[in-house]
Order: sequence, then structure tokens, then C-alpha cells
Amino acid sequence: MPVRDAPRIVTSRIAAYDDSHTLERFLATGGYDGLRKALTMTPEQVQAEVLASNLLGRGGAGFEAGKKWAMMRKAPTRYLVVNGDESEPATFKDHLLVERDPNQLVEGTIITAWATQACQAFIYLRGEFALGLERVQQAVNDAYRQGALGDNIFGSGFSLDIVVQPGAGAYICGEETALLESLEGRRGMPRIKPPYFPAAMGLYGEPTVVNNVETMANMPWIVLNGGASFAALGQGRSTGTRIFALSGHVNNPGTYEIEMYHHTFRDLIFDPALGGGIRGGRELKAIVPGGASSPWFGPQHLDVPLGQDEVAKAEGVLPGGGGSMLGSGSIVVLDDQTDVVRVAWRLARFFARESCGKCTPCREGTTWLDQVMKRIVDGYGRPEDLKLLVDVCDNLAPGLGFPYPMTTICFLGPSAAMPIMSALQMFPEDFEARVAGSQVTPQSR
Amino acid sequence: MPRLAPEFEKRARDLMALYPKARSALLPLCHLAQEQDGHLSAEAMQHIAELVDLTPAEVLSVASFYDMFKTEPVGTYLIGICTNIACLLNGGEELLHHAEKSLGIKHGDTTADGAFTLEEMECIAHCDKAPCLQVNYRYFGDVSDEAFDTLCTDVKAGKHRDTIPPHGTLIRTKRDGGLRVPAEQIASERAAMTDMQAERASVAAPAKAEVKATTAEAAAPGDKGRGDAEVEQRAAAPGAGVDVEAKTDAADPDDGADA
Repeated sequence: MPVRDAPRIVTSRIAAYDDSHTLERFLATGGYDGLRKALTMTPEQVQAEVLASNLLGRGGAGFEAGKKWAMMRKAPTRYLVVNGDESEPATFKDHLLVERDPNQLVEGTIITAWATQACQAFIYLRGEFALGLERVQQAVNDAYRQGALGDNIFGSGFSLDIVVQPGAGAYICGEETALLESLEGRRGMPRIKPPYFPAAMGLYGEPTVVNNVETMANMPWIVLNGGASFAALGQGRSTGTRIFALSGHVNNPGTYEIEMYHHTFRDLIFDPALGGGIRGGRELKAIVPGGASSPWFGPQHLDVPLGQDEVAKAEGVLPGGGGSMLGSGSIVVLDDQTDVVRVAWRLARFFARESCGKCTPCREGTTWLDQVMKRIVDGYGRPEDLKLLVDVCDNLAPGLGFPYPMTTICFLGPSAAMPIMSALQMFPEDFEARVAGSQVTPQSR
Repeated sequence: MPRLAPEFEKRARDLMALYPKARSALLPLCHLAQEQDGHLSAEAMQHIAELVDLTPAEVLSVASFYDMFKTEPVGTYLIGICTNIACLLNGGEELLHHAEKSLGIKHGDTTADGAFTLEEMECIAHCDKAPCLQVNYRYFGDVSDEAFDTLCTDVKAGKHRDTIPPHGTLIRTKRDGGLRVPAEQIASERAAMTDMQAERASVAAPAKAEVKATTAEAAAPGDKGRGDAEVEQRAAAPGAGVDVEAKTDAADPDDGADA
């Protein structure tokens, strides 16, 4: 199926101009128009448009942005925090948005602050985005100069300050309560739930909305064109467009903003205008459909639509049943030559290294998975290791299905089990061959 | 290693003034200390602790959580090579091995001349340009072995001086001034809006039951093609009904929203 014609909602400037990050280009291409319109509406009206758009949060969990806002506890002091700690392996859409259209991000942030009546907004970006941090800071400086930030924005009587906050290299700070801890100047360890939502109790204990960078980037368009126009794109709960970040063994890795639901994994990977097929004409072995935390898909899932519920409800590969998730919209393609055991180990090692250590199942479980997987990869695996892996995974993600009941404070721990259980279930022969050829001796144990 | 110089201490105080609570400036302050010294020294941490009213141990406990804070000196240029999934599939590990051979050090180490420190990184969000790396957190993509060697030579010769500052300087674009709006002004603006919202909600109260029905429908999976009339109705009727609906429909049994 050809790529459907749909407006570019968040990458229109990026696609058309090399200087999309400059204030001049921004102002020449409708910059702040969304904000100006929003300020003529009441905050309730802006909220209603976003609710009508059914925009699902683009950070990974896919919670309706409008509902998140509406859940905010009515308190005199409220905050808005933009989550740009993009660190999920294979996710690189926010990198694009902060570097190539920082003004759009700032505009979306001001609109959201108006809609939620936040007292101050913070844009938290991962520290490794050095250029992105500079460009977003420049965009904030420019917004003050243009009267789009600070006292009495565009004469509306609404005033706001935005502070750009650099992270410092911790994946876990992408978890919203860990991000808030980090923003309070602490170790980035997730907070105990409940309360489940920072909307009830967030930064400094005050109601806080935490939204992803891409979520913010959608706001100017939604305000200008109306929630209904956004909802008219896509289907079901999967409205609007989305940036899919495609990487791995494809001919054209990159970011593609396409309409949700109406394309499949096959379209994204094989369409000449998108992924362009698998490199070297090889066959597909597996797909990581939504970032490193998602259960894998196989060739049998190529015709699953790129929609929130469609991916969730597909018949997945895990022994405990369930599908997978679109997550952060990051899709990695593994060809038939891929050493999936090694890939699964490296993902598990990532989670082990990034575990904050606060809760035991994650701290111990991810470390065990890393170590057992490493010895299998290194050729010192024992036949019983495969059962051991399943056992540890079952402690992290009880039932070995998706979604899983929680034994940990956040999703990091069970995430480590997903690539391992996926690979074990889909390619047991790869693991068995590794263990059978094992060099294990009494000494090397 | 010195404490923060007067100029840096002034910048530190400016940073602290941006937050409702000074401790929130802790990460930016640690970056600032690295900008001065190239790494985060014990003396600087002591100074930061005094500024934000913590103990030096507390500052270290926070700083040591984050990979980017180096409590030991590192080279002028920190080269981080990604070996996570997309790079793994595209030769990231091989590139790291080449870099180790080429620089004559293992990852984690610094060259004898203090020019380079080599690190293995885990996904730096540049996956379409795998294998990729960062030099002082500035991106380079599609890096071949030859390109790596050329890059090192060029960096050392100062050819990238304009785009790659020495390690420690993360953000060269400084914020223009402090907060522009006094907290009291924000408080009174928001309070006034809260009153207006309450008034609008009470005027629209008769329409509330209808609004609730509409939003419940909007939340139902598979719902599509909502007409303009409905949107207008929702836009005209403020969020009172929406709020109630969101609470009952929250993903978790106890979302704490009504705390």
C-alpha cells in the first residue's frame, strides 16, 4: 500500500527546510500562530480540543494527553514538565525535534502551560543532547524577546517562565517520577506508587503534568486545526500522525512521520518511500516494535497495523500471551543473519546497567539476566541456564506475558525480560546451539 | 583543584534563582563545575554543597548517580562510542575495538597526552546513523574506521574547535537573564483564572450530564469520526464533567487524583 497522504504535523518545517531550527524560519512558517490562537481561547477550550484530538502521549505509555491534563489536582501551584530524556534504545525522534524544530517545542510547551494553568514549565532534556540543549535554550531566549514568554504573553494577561534543564546521563530519568526526582536535585530513582500520577502529586509534591517532547510538538497544529481534524487522521484510539524511528537492517533507516493505523510494519519496512526493504536483500528474522522494552514481533506480524491497540492486541510471541506495544514508536529490524542471543544480551545488559537499584527484583534480576546471558554468549553456558533465564524473567514479569503484573516500582526491571523471553521463545534453537557448543569445564565454572 | 571561581559562583547563584527550590539546580551546578575544571572536583562539590545547603556527601551521592559527571579527570575530548542495539547491528562493537587499537587504550581510559578519553555508550539516539559516536556530546554518524581516525586527527589539530568545546562545557548558549515573572504575580494571575474557571463551570453546569456522555463516548476504543457539533459542544462546556470522567476511567484503580 502506498504511503497515505497526510499532513506533516510535527515535522513540516524539518522536512522542508535545512534551517528549520532558526527563529527566522519559524516566524516565516506560522511560528507562534498556535499560541496566539490558544490565548484567544479559554484554557478549558484548549483542553477540550486536545481531548477531542485523542492525542495519545508520545513518550511510550500512550496515555491520552487531554485526560492527563484533566486529572490535575486543583491546587494553586502546578507545574508542567516536558520529558525529553529520550534514552530508550533505538528511540531517536525527540533528538530530531529538539535539534531541528526547538521553537515548535517551546510553543507547544507554552500552549500546554496555558491549558493547564501551570505556574512554571521545565523542559528536561537528556544531557547528551548538547546541541539540542543549546537550540532549545536559544528558542526560549528568542521566545522571551518575541513576547511569547515572560510577562503578559502577547498582551493576553498570561505570564510564564520556562527553564531548560539538562539531565546527566541516566536512562531511568525518562520514567516520569524519576525525572521529577532528578529535577528536584536528587538521584533519579522512581517514586513509590500510588500516587500513580504526578497530576496528583508531582514536582515538590504539587500537581504536575509530565508530557513527552513529541506530545508538546503536536499542540500548535491541534490548536490551529482543531482536535477533530487531528482525530480524523488515523483510526480508533490511534489518531493523528506519529514519528516512527526506524533502524537496524533496513536500507533507509530514519524518522518517518506517517498517519497512524493506516500503515503496517510491512509498509514501514519495505515501502520504497519509507524503509526501502531489508539490507542486502536478506530475510526478516525479527522486529523490535516499540523500543527495547517491547516484546518482539516476527515475520508473521508484518501486516499488523501501526496502531496503539492493534499492536497491543496482536497475538504476540511471549509464552504468557498478549501482544506488544508501539511504545516510543521505535522499530528495529533484525535480518536473518542476526545473532539474536547477542542482541538479547546487550539489551538485558543495558537494563542491568541502568537499573537505579531501588527495588530488589530489578536490581538483582537484571544483573542475573546480564550475567547468565553473557556466559551463554561467551560460550560458557550450561544447559540448565535456559530454564534459569525463564525463572528469573518470571520473577521480573510474572506470568511471562504482556502486559505483566508489576513486581517493581517502575517498568525498567520487567523490560529486561522482554527481549530475552522473546528471543528464547522465537529462536530456542539459537540458544540451544550456543549452550550445546559450550566450552564449560569444571574450571571455567 | 579550586572551588568555583567568582564568575562561576555568580552563574551558580543565577541558576539557583531559576527554581522554586535551590536544590533543583544541583545537576546544572555540577555541569557548571565541570565546565570550569573539565571534571567534577571534590572542592567544587564542597562549594556546591555550601551553596545549596547540602553536605558534600549528598552532592556526591547525587553526582555519582549520573554517568556524565566525572569525579576523576578525563581527556579534553571524551569520545563515546555507542554499541547498543542499532549500532550493534551496524558495527558499533567493531568500531569500539578499532578505536581502542587506534588510540592505544581500553575504553574507560585516557590517552597519555590527556587528549582523549574513550567510553562505551548505550544508545545516544542517533540510530539512523549507526554506528555513531559523540565527542564531548557532539554527534558523528555513519562512522567508519577511517573516518574515526581522521576525526581524531582533526579534533586534536583543533579543526572542530567551533563545534566541540573542551570536555565539561555542555551548553554554550546561555539563558538570557533570570525568571521574568515574580512568583506573586503568577500566583495572582492563576488565582484569578481559577475564579473565572469556576464561574464558567457553574454557568455551564446544566449541560454537564450531556458532556459526560460525550466524553465517555470519545474515550471508547474504536470511536471515530466525531462531528464538529460534538467538539463545539465540548469546547463550549468547560472541563468540569471531563474531570470526573477522567478520574473514573484512569488506568489504575487508585490514581490518587482526588487526593
